[in-house]
Amino acid sequence: MTSTPTEIAPAAPSPLRRLLPGAPAGREARGSTLLRHLAVAVFVGTLVVLVTNQLAPYQNLQVARVCAFLCVTAGHTVLVGLNGQLSLGHGALMATGAYTMALTQQALDERAVRGWWTLPASLLAAVAVTALGGLVVGLAAARLRGPYLAGVTLAVATLVPAVTTIFTGVFNGEQGLPFPAQTPPAALGAYFQPERWLAWIALAAALLTMLLLANLVRSRFGRSLRAVRDDEVAARLAGIPVARTQVLAFVVSAACAGLGGGVYAMLTATVAPGKFPLDLSLFLLMAIVIGGLGSLAGAVWGAVLLVALQDLPGLLTEHLSLSAGLAQRLEGNLALAVFGLVLIVVMLAAPGGIAGGVRAVRARLLAALRRRRATRSPDR
Amino acid sequence: MERFWFLTFDGLASGAVYAAFALALVLIWRAARVVNFAQGAMAVATAYVGYAVVSATGSYWLGLAAAILSGLALGALVERLLMRFAGPGGPLNQVIVALGLVLVIQAMLGMVFGNDYRPAPAPFDTDALTIGGVAALSPYDLWVLGSALTVVALLALLFTRTPVGLRMRAAAFAPEVSRLLGVSVGRMLTLGWALAAGVGALAGMLVVPTGLGLHSHAMDLVFVVAFTAAVVGGLDSPVGAVVGGLLVGLILSYVTGYLGPDTTPLAVLVLLLAVLLVRPGGLFSAARARHV
Repeated sequence: MTSTPTEIAPAAPSPLRRLLPGAPAGREARGSTLLRHLAVAVFVGTLVVLVTNQLAPYQNLQVARVCAFLCVTAGHTVLVGLNGQLSLGHGALMATGAYTMALTQQALDERAVRGWWTLPASLLAAVAVTALGGLVVGLAAARLRGPYLAGVTLAVATLVPAVTTIFTGVFNGEQGLPFPAQTPPAALGAYFQPERWLAWIALAAALLTMLLLANLVRSRFGRSLRAVRDDEVAARLAGIPVARTQVLAFVVSAACAGLGGGVYAMLTATVAPGKFPLDLSLFLLMAIVIGGLGSLAGAVWGAVLLVALQDLPGLLTEHLSLSAGLAQRLEGNLALAVFGLVLIVVMLAAPGGIAGGVRAVRARLLAALRRRRATRSPDR
Repeated sequence: MERFWFLTFDGLASGAVYAAFALALVLIWRAARVVNFAQGAMAVATAYVGYAVVSATGSYWLGLAAAILSGLALGALVERLLMRFAGPGGPLNQVIVALGLVLVIQAMLGMVFGNDYRPAPAPFDTDALTIGGVAALSPYDLWVLGSALTVVALLALLFTRTPVGLRMRAAAFAPEVSRLLGVSVGRMLTLGWALAAGVGALAGMLVVPTGLGLHSHAMDLVFVVAFTAAVVGGLDSPVGAVVGGLLVGLILSYVTGYLGPDTTPLAVLVLLLAVLLVRPGGLFSAARARHV
């Protein structure tokens, strides 16, 4: 009986070790996650900037709207898909960010405070205030499950018009708040397209959100999120503070929604309760489900889908030359009916959404490629 | 004081509708452990059918019957075609499918009937009768209260006094054992959904004339209020749904009467959170086994 632990330890490297944080095998294989994500972000950013240089003003606004929605959908999909907390109140969180942005910008403008830093400061305020709102909702949410959580967040989503009318002195009721629009800096030249500048700002916000979330998802915290989603009891046994993880997930998700809301408000330089109806919260959920729940790539698809939902109806009625009455009925409703059906079909038949489909196709292509290589190699 | 009595009667009348609607939610929850987030949209769709029949035939009662029948059919269809297949994916999937159904129904209604508010006349006088100098209930309020309470009584009879009711309760309580004993659990589930949607259709017909009229979003806030009522009473308890509905109706009536109509959503949220954080099972919940 002289066997000591040192004799046993190197014999069988457990497969679990590779999954543990800080396990050398995993780190060597993957390289630095942060650097890889940073490289992808810089590449995508450069590509989009080059593309925006070729686009017309309206198309640039579309790019900007996709980027604004991407901030929201990315945070939302992490909460719903990775942490299993179904929030129907993200439209209200977006509104919180948008109104904070407007109020901050107005206050700065009235005091004649100007400078490049006012925009990031206002957006930061939007993020901070919305994160605080997310903390309040999240504290309640951590005690609620399934349909109860969905019901409470749905009640939150109905709140926007009510709050703006009750505190009409601050939020100016139905009219909403206008604030000074962003203008391109003089260094870019006098004739620089303003929409392009807006698209760049929105792009920066979206890339920052995606970069932070991509790292978060692959971190220890990201694994905790999934563990809590899959089995709360097992997660607690493994030493994960379940409630704290859920609250934190809500705060992170709300912060993203606040940033998205702030950028969204910036694009039109105005906020009004009509922009954040109950439907918006449902649309956000629809977008991340069709895009692919829990996948950041799916959030990109979702953001594109949301902009398409806003812009398709106009296109359709324009090109089909329908009678005025019919066009008015189809406007908005046709696209919504189609997307709603797609949502149901995705949920029933293809829970991976678009991102899952793309992954499956890519895997099949790679497998086919590998097979072909394997059959050819003996000939050479 | 006069205002207080008026608000009390008004609250009871709207509370009766919330009670009927909450009852529909409770019926499905008991049968299938799903909160039907599409209940509001389904009720609006059947109300559109009902009022189409009303304007075609001129008879409110034919319209009411058509609405309830289409509600029964819609409920059965939704269960057979959608929820049955969403079930295995967990409650999150069922909620999302129901929300998808909301979007589809609202879009379809907008396409078929247009986006404007349509008038929805009430079958009785909506002016309040005065009793002893106090404005009390209107004939329409009495009809709403009476029909909602009748439905509650009928459902109670169905569940406690008939073989079908017994089978439905057994199928919900212990599906495996019921199946072994020869109960067709799937059919009971369909029946539960149909009944719930029928009750929802009745509630829709009752509530629409009191609002701005028929519109695809007419029930959005009503659904949230009814959900609150169901939670206040406890999602498992039909009696709780009725009491919760009346209670929420009263509270909201006082809040809107004394603080203004814009405060309603805020009051709903506060009420919902208060109940969920203090007594998550609702006022009528039985002692529950500890969740491991």
